[in-house]
Amino acid sequence: MREAFITHHNVISSLGFSSEENFEHLRNEESGIQKFQRDNGDEYYSSQVDKELINNAFSKIGDRTLYTTLEKMMLLSIHSILKESNLKISQKTGLIIATTKGNVDVLSPKSSFYKNKNRAYLPELGKQIQQFFNFKNEAIVLSNACVSGVLAVAVAQRLVKDGMYDDVIIVGGDLVSEFILSGFTSFQAISDQPCQPFSKNRKGITLGEAVASAIVSSEKSKDAVQVIGTGSCNDANHISGPSRTGEGLFLSVQSALNEAGVKSEDIDYISAHGTATNYNDEMESMAFGRLNMLHAPINSLKGYYGHTLGASGLLETIMGIESLKNNTLIASKGFDELGVSQPINVIEKTETRELQVFLKTASGFGGCNTAVIFRKIAD
Amino acid sequence: MTKKLYIENYCSIKNNKVSLNGNLIFEEGSEDIKSFLKSVYQYLDPKYSKFFKMDALSKLAFLSAEILLKEEAKKNIAIILSNNASSLDTDRKYQDSINDKENYFPSPAVFVYTLPNIGIGEISIRHQLKSENGFFVFDNYNANFHYNYEKILIQNNKSEAVLAGWVNIDEDSYEAFLYLVSQNGTIEHTEKNLKQLYNN
Repeated sequence: MREAFITHHNVISSLGFSSEENFEHLRNEESGIQKFQRDNGDEYYSSQVDKELINNAFSKIGDRTLYTTLEKMMLLSIHSILKESNLKISQKTGLIIATTKGNVDVLSPKSSFYKNKNRAYLPELGKQIQQFFNFKNEAIVLSNACVSGVLAVAVAQRLVKDGMYDDVIIVGGDLVSEFILSGFTSFQAISDQPCQPFSKNRKGITLGEAVASAIVSSEKSKDAVQVIGTGSCNDANHISGPSRTGEGLFLSVQSALNEAGVKSEDIDYISAHGTATNYNDEMESMAFGRLNMLHAPINSLKGYYGHTLGASGLLETIMGIESLKNNTLIASKGFDELGVSQPINVIEKTETRELQVFLKTASGFGGCNTAVIFRKIAD
Repeated sequence: MTKKLYIENYCSIKNNKVSLNGNLIFEEGSEDIKSFLKSVYQYLDPKYSKFFKMDALSKLAFLSAEILLKEEAKKNIAIILSNNASSLDTDRKYQDSINDKENYFPSPAVFVYTLPNIGIGEISIRHQLKSENGFFVFDNYNANFHYNYEKILIQNNKSEAVLAGWVNIDEDSYEAFLYLVSQNGTIEHTEKNLKQLYNN
């Protein structure tokens, strides 16, 4: 039976251009969330990447005028892991792009790509990435709302274990655009303060932007973690609100546990979705209660990055891998007093502790949920 | 043990026609997508008023699933859909609602449909499928990926069957090709057969 490992990874966010740099900020409990201003003058909190830093970095690998901001971030991130791994792209190398909205910002008349009508299509984003690195296979674009990033890990693990590919490059990314900001504002889902996942005082989400990438391989390498279980089940309850009982999340985690052959008590750490909306955080506490996982230290990294949509599941997976590697549990930023009905074990203080197995979960619009379990391997 | 898999049923909605397993079951010359989808709804008569709140992409996915799952007893059915234009049809409408600061009316009811996987949620709710799901985007229907991923889900016991296929809406064009993969049926589940049924 073939296995699947995450061997290399990279994160580009407000907290740096490498996984290590990002994790260093988390370890110091430094958030990337700041105050910004919308076109209409309204202030909001968000975590965003300095576009000048992106352009400067991108100039070293390509012509910055030819690509959208999201493409440049994805190309930079993949470039970094390909260089680090020395991976040779072959027919057996797959490419998965996870994104909630892709280049949706080009629909705005303000975009310099506005006249290029093709650019808003996700297969076009796929082609830009595929052609830049000369991938042999068409990009698999995965657009499954807010679980896209972690679902990409699950899909890559399945394709690698099955043998369709030997290696899959996955990249997840989304930008903060007027499209997204106005939409979540219309839902009255945005907090007027940096978000506070699982807190009694939470007021909703903070939006963020990031790109994360990783190599999922059939061959392990130094510092690799094994992807041991996956599950992605629907609530079948509501298109824009989570199930009150956390049914889909519960089933997703159960499916991942079954495949991994581990029990609830074996989970050393949960990297939750924790968007800091009332309904989401409560739903997660219900699911973890039903799963007998209330013991497990849990955090949401949204207090550092905000909700980075299609990037979030992969970004948070990568920071979880850094937690395993460094045996460090990161404090759940913004948490003060427990504000969900089940007594989940929110990490209040960053601490070192021996870690072997962690669970990453995410949930999103359309009733989707995804759970993936990772295990540290011996060198 | 490896299970033998088949394409149990398949349907298509395109060019003002609805067909099931290669046989025409409904046809109507409508002026636009909206009125055609409404006439298909009336023909199927699912008595499901939520239908009228959906965007065109969700309606098209919903109706295709309705044809295939009407008498379906299996419950652990994964839903794996793909298309070319994602939710762009609704994205453009939503963008129009925020372009003009004098005429600014972003609506949460429209915004929620700016995600291609919402149609999967609608089908899941309708048929109470608490199962694996995923929405993918390709240039054209990608039989190679679909075949492999559908096979993987059933062979690894992630699901008992898979409702899968292509459902695309882009401005004035629409096309749906959906099928159910399971251990029942006569048409073997192969990449070649999927390609052939799609092209018919």
